[in-house]
Amino acid sequence: MNPEASLVDNIIDTTSAVFMVVGALMSLAAAVGLLRFPDLLSRMHAATKPQVLGLFLLLASIGLQMRTWWVWPVLLVAWIFQLLTVPVSAHMVGRAGYRTKHLHRELLSSDELEAVVQKAAQSARDEGADAGRPD
Amino acid sequence: MMQTVMAVTAVILSLAAAGAIIRIARGPSLLDRVLASDVLLAILGAALCIDMAVNRHLNNLMLLVALSIVGFIGSATVARFVAGRREQPHES
Repeated sequence: MNPEASLVDNIIDTTSAVFMVVGALMSLAAAVGLLRFPDLLSRMHAATKPQVLGLFLLLASIGLQMRTWWVWPVLLVAWIFQLLTVPVSAHMVGRAGYRTKHLHRELLSSDELEAVVQKAAQSARDEGADAGRPD
Repeated sequence: MMQTVMAVTAVILSLAAAGAIIRIARGPSLLDRVLASDVLLAILGAALCIDMAVNRHLNNLMLLVALSIVGFIGSATVARFVAGRREQPHES
């Protein structure tokens, strides 16, 4: 084996090892955030780290370790699928958390949803006053 | 070197899984538990990825995609259920 190829091999191995350790540390950061943050919305912020960046780093380390080109599109498909599903479920959880008052209002710097909710409740009340009890 | 990396990541992921399980056990609301189980699922996916990278195979890739489908359906369903249960006393 010529020395140049083994040097490149070493660099690829080291890069993928760093990617793996950092990707695992993302999971640890999410767990620490889950344990230490005070309410649901800030815990959601911590929980997305291993789902997007951690998965990206680990898939990249798989691609580096396999030493072939054809795995990269497959890994990209897996990552894009995760990118499509994670925001939807996070939206659902955040919406349900807002509706069921699982948040510390004093920790919010701005609440743009509250005006919308107030307006919707006001218009629903107006319609109820016009048409009697809708049932 | 790969064996060292595998040991280090195994320790890190075990600690992370323990933290997520503690939050599942303690979480004050249902949504906290759903979020923590989502993180536990992501940690499981990370373990599968590291296994594939260290042993240089691709057997778990479909399992990884299936895992993300399961996480999506699970958390979306539970969030929907929580929001729907809350709106009933408001309407009636």
